[in-house]
Amino acid sequence: MKLELRDITKRFGSLVANDSINLTVESGQIHALLGENGAGKSTLMNVLFGLYTPEEGQILLDDEEVTFSGPGEAMAAGIGMVHQHFMLVPVFTVAENVILGHEPTKAGGVLDLGAARKLVRDLGQKFGFDIDPDALVADLPVGVQQRVEIIKALSRNAKILVLDEPTAVLTPQETDELMEIMRELAKSGTSIVFITHKLREVKAVADTITIIRHGKVVGEASPDASTHELATMMVGHDIQLIVDKADREPGEVALEVDNLTVFDVNNQKVLDDVSFDVRNGEILAIAGVQGNGQTELVEALVGLANKVKGEIKLYGEPIQSASVKKILDAGVGYIPEDRKIDGLVGDFSIAENLMLDRSNGKPFVGGFFTIDTKFRDQFARERIEEFDIRTQSEKTLAGRLSGGNQQKVVVARELSRDLKLLLASQPTRGVDVGSIEFIHERIVAVRDAGLPVVIVSTELDEVLALADRIAVMYKGRIVDIVPGKTERAKLGQLMAGVQE
Amino acid sequence: MSDTKEKKDMTQVKLSGRDILQDILSSSILRIVIAILLAFVFGLLLVIFTNARVLESLPNFFGNPGEFFAAASSSIGAFFEAFFKGAIFNPNGKTVEAQFRPLTESLRFAGPLIAAGLGVALTFRVGMFNIGAMGQILFGSAFAAYASFQFHLPVGVHLVVAVIFGLIGASIWSAIAGWLKAQTGAHEVIVTIMMNYIALNLVTYAMRTDILNPGATSTTPQAHAPDPNAVLPLLLGPGFKIHWGFILVLASVAVYWWLMEKSSIGFKFRAVGFNPDAAKTAGINVKRIYVLSMAFSGLFVGIAAVNQTLGDSLRITPGIDGGIGFEAITVALLGGSNAIGVLLAGLLFGAMKATGPAMQSAGVSPDILSVVQGLIILFVAAPPLIKAMFRLPNQRSTIAIDAPTTNKSHKKAKALKEAGVDSATKAEATEEGSEK
Amino acid sequence: MTLERQFDAAAPIQWKMPIILSVAALVILGFFGFGVDSNDVVFRWSNDTDAIVLANTAINAQLLGIVLGAISVLAAAASIWFAARRKQVPWYLSLIVGFSFIVGLISSVGVGTNVNVVFILSSTVALSTVIVFGSLAGIIGERVGVVNIAIEGQLLMGAFVAAFLGTITGSLWVALIAATLGGALVSMVLAVFSIKYLVDQIIVGVVLNVLVSGITAFFFSTVMSKNGVGTNFPGTFPIISIPFLSDIPVIGPVLFSQRLTTYLMFILVPLVWFVLFKTKLGLRLRSMGEHPLAADTVGLNVNRTRFWAVTLAGLIAGLGGAALTVGSVGSFVKEMSAGQGFIALAVVILGRWHPIYAAAAALLFGFAGTFRIWAVQAGAEIPSDLIQTTPYLVTLLAVTILVGKSVAPASVGKAYEKQ
Repeated sequence: MKLELRDITKRFGSLVANDSINLTVESGQIHALLGENGAGKSTLMNVLFGLYTPEEGQILLDDEEVTFSGPGEAMAAGIGMVHQHFMLVPVFTVAENVILGHEPTKAGGVLDLGAARKLVRDLGQKFGFDIDPDALVADLPVGVQQRVEIIKALSRNAKILVLDEPTAVLTPQETDELMEIMRELAKSGTSIVFITHKLREVKAVADTITIIRHGKVVGEASPDASTHELATMMVGHDIQLIVDKADREPGEVALEVDNLTVFDVNNQKVLDDVSFDVRNGEILAIAGVQGNGQTELVEALVGLANKVKGEIKLYGEPIQSASVKKILDAGVGYIPEDRKIDGLVGDFSIAENLMLDRSNGKPFVGGFFTIDTKFRDQFARERIEEFDIRTQSEKTLAGRLSGGNQQKVVVARELSRDLKLLLASQPTRGVDVGSIEFIHERIVAVRDAGLPVVIVSTELDEVLALADRIAVMYKGRIVDIVPGKTERAKLGQLMAGVQE
Repeated sequence: MSDTKEKKDMTQVKLSGRDILQDILSSSILRIVIAILLAFVFGLLLVIFTNARVLESLPNFFGNPGEFFAAASSSIGAFFEAFFKGAIFNPNGKTVEAQFRPLTESLRFAGPLIAAGLGVALTFRVGMFNIGAMGQILFGSAFAAYASFQFHLPVGVHLVVAVIFGLIGASIWSAIAGWLKAQTGAHEVIVTIMMNYIALNLVTYAMRTDILNPGATSTTPQAHAPDPNAVLPLLLGPGFKIHWGFILVLASVAVYWWLMEKSSIGFKFRAVGFNPDAAKTAGINVKRIYVLSMAFSGLFVGIAAVNQTLGDSLRITPGIDGGIGFEAITVALLGGSNAIGVLLAGLLFGAMKATGPAMQSAGVSPDILSVVQGLIILFVAAPPLIKAMFRLPNQRSTIAIDAPTTNKSHKKAKALKEAGVDSATKAEATEEGSEK
Repeated sequence: MTLERQFDAAAPIQWKMPIILSVAALVILGFFGFGVDSNDVVFRWSNDTDAIVLANTAINAQLLGIVLGAISVLAAAASIWFAARRKQVPWYLSLIVGFSFIVGLISSVGVGTNVNVVFILSSTVALSTVIVFGSLAGIIGERVGVVNIAIEGQLLMGAFVAAFLGTITGSLWVALIAATLGGALVSMVLAVFSIKYLVDQIIVGVVLNVLVSGITAFFFSTVMSKNGVGTNFPGTFPIISIPFLSDIPVIGPVLFSQRLTTYLMFILVPLVWFVLFKTKLGLRLRSMGEHPLAADTVGLNVNRTRFWAVTLAGLIAGLGGAALTVGSVGSFVKEMSAGQGFIALAVVILGRWHPIYAAAAALLFGFAGTFRIWAVQAGAEIPSDLIQTTPYLVTLLAVTILVGKSVAPASVGKAYEKQ
């Protein structure tokens, strides 16, 4: 089926998320939609899928105009979507998830689960993946869950399949398999819209590329275009992810982690016998595909883990069983991976957020538990200045700031303490390019001041830009620790758990 | 989807002071006033259409509409007259004291409502829903009653000890609920409801036995009368029933304000209420905060218990709560969980409570007042409803009630996260979650 | 994130269940076994007027307690065995210990006297009927993602409307239908406020309870108390004895000689289970309580479905209200639901959001109420006020220790906002 979007404009308040976007996807083609985080790709696809109503513009399927008031109508017209966050009910089986909304029934509305199982098996066989229809979705690895999503779309006879950042949660191997599936689907006549910000994948699989920046189409390209060319179009200027970073001889060992094992609340092992150390004046980057234990590792280091075995020593002091407060007070700065959930209190002002992890005693709290508001506000104004936080005043609620500015608040808070160790998890996720550079410089400055730094990132570019050494994680273990200048290919292999 | 959300946040930065006028028009104060008026209108309609004379006039409405309107207006008049006489000033009083007594009665009834309302409001600010004020009042009352007659202490000391006992009793019972939530993750609504019933039965038992009723002759549960030394003195002399308990209440309003707005403890409370995950990440011990905040909440509820036990009814029964526990929730909601709001809401509801006898003698069932109370909260809770009814301009904050709803943005972000990337963490799927 | 299952072997052992069962087993052995006089307890299985009269069973209460205790100790030991091997403790072990506990409790109190089994069972059913209706309403609401704290108000409204309209029209059928509509009306207000206006569901629920309690009390004191015979005298549904079935000993009088409302409960429990877990509608409803966005993206209208599901729940709670008046005592009394709506809410959790388990949990409350009445008659030494606390303590224990958070529908209590 051929898809055409004409002059689609979607506004949120005064912000134009999509500015008269034109896009044509030919039948049986893999069409990549390339753009940075926040460029408006997902908005556009949600418009196509009937989740948002555009202010202007038309959607044409096989040259006929259509309007969708909801996803149901979009699906009926042959559009399927695999969302970035899977739309699967975890406690339902695969079959139940696939049939939800178009259930085969026997008399009286009774579910026909036999027919559902057959549907799943048939579709799986047709496209070469084997999924147990009776497995609970919650028990499946993310890669398999994604295939359930694809089957779900195909079971509705999708002629156009939209994949929104499908590789974010996949290992390189799984990514290759997914690309194979995409090619297979395209061959059978399905049109595919592939939303991503990863250049290599685009070049590997796409037939045509449309690049979006700040809600506008900035150009079309063919997969033979050079990576540099595509990147420049995507970001708008020459990207320079290489931070000015002088070589530096690391000092003594500051953080030691020995045989660390972590269990989650369900008593599942989420981190398995991890050992490493970090020296003063060194950045250790923890690389890996999302969900391989990096989050759990950092949470264990800061005292947030549920159950821990093994040993963590900071300058010789064991801290594995210390409370979060103790660890923070010992001088550990922590930038959590999700600022909205773990980093900030959205309904607190910037000033209040800046004192969030220092609400005991001086300098923020004066006599008899009373907060020194004068000092707090003065402190906030200084940090706003120093960290270039774009806001009207320190009284603005943190939830009203843009992503980059929110992240700067978190960074400002953590870096303005008396640090002995910096832990930064996904320090630049969902942050604009300008802020990325700023935050990277700050992190390197901490290292140059002779402090140990641990960063976690799923973006290889970031890892390569910052790391002195790289620890690669796979399925809760550290596969290997390699020098900071290791080749991408080698890192990719390690991220898939492959070790020579 | 995350990218659009971020952009939405950015647009909000641009909102500035340009809508000041709109802000005033759409402010929560105006909405609350409208909600209160509206609730009274509905309440009056009920009064009118259950009035015997009005009902008699109805079949002949078109024949003699005058009779209908006369009957209706006389019942409205009776309602307001009773309200005024019962809650504010009684011009028919024989003495000046009798004339002003209704006002002091309103304050007396408002006292425990305000104190318990502060207790409930505190837990709202921490993101919890404490339905257990009833049980806490019962426990506080039992403790205060015990100290009031089992000990025999000098003037002054005895009262202080009895008050402290009351506060501790309520606080312990409340802290247990907080501890259960912190340790097991059980929802505090269910926990506190169950603890209400347990408290009721335990206190009833104590009032049937020597614990609270030594030398009892009947099996009717009732506590022993307190020593005169342990009774809260009257505030304005023997002509008025109002006692020093009300001063305790006013002091607790001030303490609540300092605690929640100025202190570092309140800062942690609010941080946990808005975003427990960020609080935890920032080194705040969220579990301890749950226990601590429930304990503090219990202290405020304890003030209500002390008012009831050592001030008003001198031989308390298991009915000592008198509905205060649940009314405290409505007071906290209407008061937006802040000190002044709770004070005003408590005064309003206290006045309504004080009018009971006057209403009764005017032939209007006092139960109408709980209908009005319920309606007020319902209208206040739904700003869009009032807005739609009166075509008020759009307001920026949609939630007037500063209750557990405040951490909405966080909840939403979290819901997205749970629903999406981390769906695999919900590994403990249940057998019955998806029956085969 | 969960890694492969092979890591499970190293996970810490879960001792919760074995500890609870062991403690219970020791209580049975100690207090209901060795702690009881060596005297007979007589179990009466039928009344003398029944069609088939079963002989009474006399048994030494101490011996019975020791035997039950021994069985429980074995069950507890088995649970330790399972736990030590990191396996889930099978449900039947808890059932064995629970059953032994109840029988042991009864026989230890009834030692030296008669235990009227039929009375205990029928009274248990009678006292749990309203709770079962309420819990079904709670389950439907929470399965679709809406916490229904207003069950109490729905019961009260149902009871009031049934008594009032039943008296005025003189028809019990009108009373029944009116009760369902009354309950549905209350839940529609809950639905509109929580779904359309996005007010916190718990707040609306609590406020609705206040409101309904006020409205019914107002009408009771202004209308009903002045003209009781004309407005509050609906009568009750007759007891229908099903031929033959009602003659079966023990079971007959308990299950097949009941009022219409009770039979409705017997039908509704399996029906709600069937609809929720076996039909298309049920799948859709449950998906909205777990992951409303997923339901939306496959074209289901989440908020509309939630609205009607909550309305349906109110309808069922209204039936529970009818059971209070026309299904039991007839007339309406102020506050007659007496907290049963809140207990139903606890039963929903205790029954893990499952109609059949919830009905079983409701029976526990019915039994506790019955036991209190019976124990006083049998001259038990434990004060009745303290006995009265047991169901609440059990619920507290259950929601804090046994039931984790994990089984609740994931999105319960969260409004679904479309972008």
